[in-house]
Amino acid sequence: MDWVAVVLSLKLAIATQLLLLPPAIIGARWLALTPFRGKVWIEGLLALPLVLPPTVIGYYLLVIMGSQSPLGRSFENWWGQSLAFSFTGLVIASAFINIPFAVQPAQRAFEAIPTELHEAAKCCGLTFWQSFHRIELPLAWPGILSAVMMTFAHTLGEFGVVLMVGGNIPGETRTLAISIYDRTQSFDFTAAGTMSLFLLLISVATIAVSYGLAERLLRRRRLT
Amino acid sequence: MSLRVAIYHHAPELDFEAVIPVGQISALVGPSGSGKTSILRGIAGLLKTRHARISLANEDWDTQDLHRPTRERSIGMVPQQHALFPHLSVLGNVEMALGHLGRAEKRQRAQESLQLAQIAELANRRPQELSGGQRQRAALARAIARKPQLVLLDEPFSAIDRGMRKRLYLELRHLHQQLHNTVLLVTHDLDEAAQLASYLLLIDQGRLLQAGETTQVLTQPRCEQAARLLDIPNIFNARIIETAGQRQLQWGEHRLKISADISPACGKVKFAVLPQNPLLVKSDRPWGSHLENPVSALVRDIVTLGGEVVLWLQPLNMPETRLQVRLPERAIRRYPVISGSQVTVCLRAADIVLLED
Repeated sequence: MDWVAVVLSLKLAIATQLLLLPPAIIGARWLALTPFRGKVWIEGLLALPLVLPPTVIGYYLLVIMGSQSPLGRSFENWWGQSLAFSFTGLVIASAFINIPFAVQPAQRAFEAIPTELHEAAKCCGLTFWQSFHRIELPLAWPGILSAVMMTFAHTLGEFGVVLMVGGNIPGETRTLAISIYDRTQSFDFTAAGTMSLFLLLISVATIAVSYGLAERLLRRRRLT
Repeated sequence: MSLRVAIYHHAPELDFEAVIPVGQISALVGPSGSGKTSILRGIAGLLKTRHARISLANEDWDTQDLHRPTRERSIGMVPQQHALFPHLSVLGNVEMALGHLGRAEKRQRAQESLQLAQIAELANRRPQELSGGQRQRAALARAIARKPQLVLLDEPFSAIDRGMRKRLYLELRHLHQQLHNTVLLVTHDLDEAAQLASYLLLIDQGRLLQAGETTQVLTQPRCEQAARLLDIPNIFNARIIETAGQRQLQWGEHRLKISADISPACGKVKFAVLPQNPLLVKSDRPWGSHLENPVSALVRDIVTLGGEVVLWLQPLNMPETRLQVRLPERAIRRYPVISGSQVTVCLRAADIVLLED
């Protein structure tokens, strides 16, 4: 078992959550409750990481983060290190590819809140933010928790984009999935098997929790 | 002192203007899809209207340049499905409306509201654990907690069984006597409106047809559309004629006196007669000039409905016309009437309602 890779993967998963979740929740609420023309295009754009091959996303992210790009150059000038093939670059790439996993369950949860409850909150004298944190967030939490679980599990298991953007630097960008690949290439099947089983268990647990929460959300929708 | 409302909107089409008295229970009555709920939402500031002018007493809520958000309007609202927050207890729901108060005062005020709505013992229950009537009370407790000047009720009794509804009517009246605030009730149920409201607003297709004291609107519809909304079956075509300087109604071969208070122009007109108003004259009793507007008719059909008997009468020589008369069942027991027999009914001048075009 490559514990350095395990710790790095967990760090990456947590950092991705911290970076992605707040804007994802706000964006999900906006998409759920704001009717506007062209909404379907934005939803489609956000779902792009689901359909594009990870190598394609990885390639473009590498181009955007590379030292030839304005973003990569600015980062290098500011921090004195390159964005590509660094942990920071990996977090940004990971946040990007996890957008649909974070936004979609939260959006469905916000959509499930009946309009009457939003209006009742207004009639109770609540401001937008009071209504958001006292009414909407508690009601949408199963969807938000589902988003957290899905993003967490997906980050732990992501391979293609991580390899393209981060490469395979031990302690910096070698995550669990890369380590499994690395050990398999070196015919260390015991280590690869242990780590694969670890990821499998995490994935099963995530799916179970997500589906359980979705069921709970449906039940609540039926009750209201 | 009144609630002045003018709302113009498309989708749903609204062209509504009304002046609603404060301190009373008023009912907004109309068929499904007539825009009742949209008007209520407009008053609450929940509907983005094309143009609205709304003021309560001397306070403007909506003008050309002003749109006060819902939280700045002194309103409490009970929506159709009650809209209780499912993640909060009944007490939590009521306290949610009292966010402007400190903790202790909020708790005390919430408990007072629950007591007024007679559900103090259900304070810790979740909405999912309540019956329809209890949910309605909880929503009402939440609506009155802020002591609003205006309480908006959107068909609050529609999902409640009949027995419970009657009790809730009494409780609402009782509550209103204690609070004296302005209540605007939306309903499509005329009986409900008649029992609860002292002021009635009839609307159809987003327009106000008639407004006034409840008994006056129910018995004196202004136009044919209003009469049909009030479910008055007896709407007839006639002519106003003038005989010996007096305006009368020529209805088929029958000449009917009309109330002296009105002097309509001669010509075609429509009139309505409430089915409970015609007087049935006993056949063996001689009748003469003391009877007002006697009309001979054949009994075409008789149906007993609850404690009432509904007669369909065909006035003589008017084969296409049917006059519906509703009588208490005991009246028919006293004066038996059979299908096919000839009877005489009096259509008193005061009961003939001329309808505007």
